[in-house]
Formats: sequence, structure tokens, C-alpha cells
Amino acid sequence: MTDFVLLVVTGVGLGALYFLAASGLSLIYGLMGVLNFAHGAFMVAGAYAGWVVVSHLTGLAGGLALAVGVVAALAVGALIGLVVELVLIRPLYERHIQQVLVTVGLSLAAVAAVQGIWGPDARQLPKGEWLSSTTSVAGAHVPNDRFLFIAAALLLFVGLKALLQFTRLGLVIRAGVENRRMVAALGIDVQRTFTVVFVLGSAAAGLAGILGGVYASSVTPGQGGSMLIYAFIVVVIGGMGSLNGTAVAALAVGLVQQLTNFYAASGVGDLSVVLLLALVLLLRPRSMEGAR
Amino acid sequence: MTRRLRTVALPLVLLLVLAYLPYVPTELPGLLPDRVNGPGSMQLLAICLTTAGIALSYDVLFGRTGLLSFGHALVVAAGSYLTAIAMSSLDLPLALAAVVALVGTTLLALVVGAIALRVGGIAFAMVTLAFAQAASIVVLRNPGGVTGGEEGLTLDRDLMPNLLLGVANAPYRYWVALGFLVVAWLVVAWLVRSRVGHAMAAVRENEARAAVLGLPVYRTKLVALVVGSFLGALGGVVHAVVLGGSSPHITTAEFTLSLLVMVVLGGAGSSWGAVVGGFLYAYADARLIEVSGSSLLDHLPGALGGVLSEPLFILGTFFVLIVYFAPTGITGLGRRVVRRGEP
Repeated sequence: MTDFVLLVVTGVGLGALYFLAASGLSLIYGLMGVLNFAHGAFMVAGAYAGWVVVSHLTGLAGGLALAVGVVAALAVGALIGLVVELVLIRPLYERHIQQVLVTVGLSLAAVAAVQGIWGPDARQLPKGEWLSSTTSVAGAHVPNDRFLFIAAALLLFVGLKALLQFTRLGLVIRAGVENRRMVAALGIDVQRTFTVVFVLGSAAAGLAGILGGVYASSVTPGQGGSMLIYAFIVVVIGGMGSLNGTAVAALAVGLVQQLTNFYAASGVGDLSVVLLLALVLLLRPRSMEGAR
Repeated sequence: MTRRLRTVALPLVLLLVLAYLPYVPTELPGLLPDRVNGPGSMQLLAICLTTAGIALSYDVLFGRTGLLSFGHALVVAAGSYLTAIAMSSLDLPLALAAVVALVGTTLLALVVGAIALRVGGIAFAMVTLAFAQAASIVVLRNPGGVTGGEEGLTLDRDLMPNLLLGVANAPYRYWVALGFLVVAWLVVAWLVRSRVGHAMAAVRENEARAAVLGLPVYRTKLVALVVGSFLGALGGVVHAVVLGGSSPHITTAEFTLSLLVMVVLGGAGSSWGAVVGGFLYAYADARLIEVSGSSLLDHLPGALGGVLSEPLFILGTFFVLIVYFAPTGITGLGRRVVRRGEP
């Protein structure tokens, strides 16, 4: 029983990380049909920004330094997202394949650049006393950082939900995911809305990067790549451009992965996630069409 | 006449020159590690030719049919690993193991393709990526010790023909790689001139229009995917022979991405483009590492030197520039220059 509780809580924690990584990806794809391969590079950028800040703030207590690191990760993610959108994505408006190619090139170059500056090895990320210890939940010793992931994901989910439901910007985004051409025809600048969404998504990617670093207790240039693939799977299962779908899918993927990895064999969990994807595709192939 | 010259005579002359290279003892300092027919150069060129052939097989999907697949690593790795596994676990000689690998991979491509092609466009890209990732995970987890995990697998030397073994026989492996490239080139040339090839081009240009015209869109895409996968698997077999084994690197998503980069760099939808792109990429990937070890970069400030010593940084940046400024790739640029020269 304690095993099960531990697995469920860590599964939800992992799902929370997936949600952080996938929510931006899903909105970006839903609104503009841009499949952003550089999302993983944004995560790496956020992770290293956080790591640099934390390793320079040796005077502060671990937890406080990490909080500043998280802010830095968010800021760097947003900034890089803004530059990439304005300089690289915008000129290729509506040319989806070229946009994918550019983000592929960018992800290769960016990860290589990080590796060139800080080396290919993992760098330790000190995360403070509280995050390194565990809390007893129904007899299971749950690592505290899982609660941080869950809180961050909840915050992002509620924040995005409020943005989508109660603001004019959210209204435009929802309408744009539904039918971008119609919104543009009504005289609304969808392109500018897209820039905002891209920056938000990139900031979330930066956050996912530094929290992924907390999960592994270290940052590596390759950490974005594996995360990105699961984020893609989450986006596909959840349905492109649907925030609720992404949340449910992230939770399902995290839980399935943790539970089967433990109860079947290590590695089976990763495979069963892909099987889940194949199943969703066979049963409802329409779920992936998103906006047009 | 000039067209005939370009499509038949030029490749033929180039083929003869390439086939003759193992008899050329000249040194090309800076370009190749040793004499042209030295083992180091032969190995490097064999890898370049194999990569060019694999890029050509990917172009059947991406450039010819417009299928943005992120799962081509799956079939290349399947070709390579199934050969190695058939030799180590079933004790088959190389030729038989290669047949097993080719048949197995083609069936695999048929099943995966039939599922993945239920969706189109970007969604297809993500689904193929997921399948390739699943294979990559299986290889790394090393179930029952058959895939060798992170170490990879080496081909059993006792089951290999002697001609393909050892440093001195590097020219034979080079000829195997060249032979693979020729086969891939001929299959692609035949395919694009066939009925299916024309249907592939129609699907690439406008899928909805092709469907309205009554072309079997799904079947056309599946044929393209299976033929491309077969050639990719053959490339995987040759890759294993040239390198003496399989490494988990070729199962990764990065490997597929590098294929995409090669095809776009050279020029998608043209055999010359894919071959030039694949050859140059493999060459640059191997040689840029040596540049990074040279003293050339020592004068630069620390971080900049570190970044520039990463081959992928240079290739990735170059790739982005190509997408913007030369969407038809290097060969497209070359063709434009040639055409401007003609009156």
C-alpha cells in the first residue's frame, strides 16, 4: 500500500512536470500549427539559467536561492521565446514545414552551444534542505520536490484557465484555436496574440527546465530532448490546443509510466506510454487535428 | 541532350571515379586523414557514402512524398540491429542475417506505417517520433541482453566474410558502401519514374487535389514509406558492416533529425540533393571535430571557442540559414548558378 501511495504521488509529480512542458507546446500548436522542436532547448536554457543563478547565490539558503533561480528560468525562457518568435518564426508565417525545420535547427544549435559553454557533463543543482527531504504520506516517504512540481503545475493550470476564460486575450486565443482565419477576418491581430502565447509557453518551458533539474538534482544539455518527446506524446493524447486535455493526458502519462515501471519491469512504463498513444490514435484519430 | 547528359553520363562518370579511389595513393592534407586509399580515408569515405544513401532513402518520404517522418531512425536501426542480433543469437552468416533484417524491417515499416498514416501532416511527424522513441528505449534497456544496451553490438567476426574484416580490407567495405548508394540511387530513379512515383509527387504538391483526382492517397503514402524504409534498412545493414556493429546512437531522435538536416541542406526532392547533403553532413560531422582540436580556436575567448568547437552548433546554424535563404538547398543554389551562366 505504501508503495502504491508513493508511486501515485510521484506519478502525479511527474505528470505535473509533463504538464509544464506540454501546455505551452499545445497552445502554440493549437493556435498557429507551429510544432516547436526548440521547446526542449528552451527548457535547457531555463535549467542552465537557474543553475547559474543558484550556483552564484551561495550566500542564500538553498530554498531561497532556488526561488531566485526559478524566476531567472522563467525570465530567460520568456526572453528567448520572444526573440525566437520575432526573428525566426514570424517571417515563416503559415509555412508549417519550414517552421518545424527552423526550430529543429535551432534546437540542435542551442543544445550544442550549451554543451560548448558548460560542457557535456551533468551539473549539480543544490536545492536546499526541505526539497531534498521527504514527507510521510499514509506511511509512504514522498520526496518533497514532488509537491513543488504539483503546486507549480496547478498554479500554471489555474492561471492559464483564468487567462483563457476571463480576459479578452483569452477569448481571442480560444477563438483562434477554434478557427484562426475567422478571427483574423474579424480584424483581430492573431499574430500578436500568438507572440504572447509563444512567450508564455516559452516561460513555462523555462520553468519545466529548472524543475526538471530539481527532479534529477542536476542539469544536463540533453535533459530537454527526452522531456520534449514525452511532452509531444502528452500533447497528442490530450488533443492539440486543449488545455484540459493536456492536463488529463499529462496526469495519465505520468501515472502509467510510474506504475508500470514499478509493477511490470523497468522500461515497460516508457513503452506503455507509446502504446497508449497508438491506442488513442486508432480509436480517435480526429483528436489531433487542432486548428486550421 | 544536355538533360540526358546530366541524368546518365554525370552520375556514371562520378561512379567510375569513386570506384577507382581505392587505387589512388595521393595525399590530400587537410581534406582527408591520410592517403586517399589509406584505411582512415577509406573508412571516412565509406561512412559518408552510407550516410548519403540513408539520406536518399529518407528523401523518398520527405522530399518525394512530403511525409515529415521523425521515425526513420527506427528502420535504419532495425536494419542494423536485426543483422547483428540474427548473427549473435541465431548464428546466421552475414548474408542470411541481412535478408532476415531486411524482411523484418520491411514488415515492421508496413505495420507502423499503416497505423501512423491514419493521421497526416504534423501529427504524423509526432506519431512516428513516438514509435522511434519506443524502439530507442527498448534498445537501451537491453531486454535479455540481446541489444547490448548503451554499449551496442559488434558483428560476430566468425560469421563475416574475411574480405570485410580488418584494417587492410577497408577498400572492400568502401565498395560495399558505394554499392549500397548505387542500389538506392537506381531504386529511387526507378520509383520516381513509375506510376506510384507520379502519384507521390501529386500527393506532395497537394494532397486534397490528389484525392479528388481519384488517386489512392493512403496507399501511395504507404508504398513510399515502405520503399523508403526498405532502403533505410539496407543502409542500416551496410552501416553495421562498415562500422563493424550497431550503436544505440542510430536509434535516437537526433539521428532522424540529422537525416532531415542532410536532406534539406542538400536540397529536398532531388537525388543529387539528398546524396550531396548526406555526404557533406557526414564529412563535416567527422572533420569539424578535428578542427575543434586544432589550435585555430585557441585564440578565441573561452566560451566562444567552446561553442564553435561543437560541430552541431555550426551545422544547426548553417541549417537555419539554408532554410531561410536557400530553400532548395545546396544543389538548388548550384543549379541556379549554372542556369544564370547559360544564355
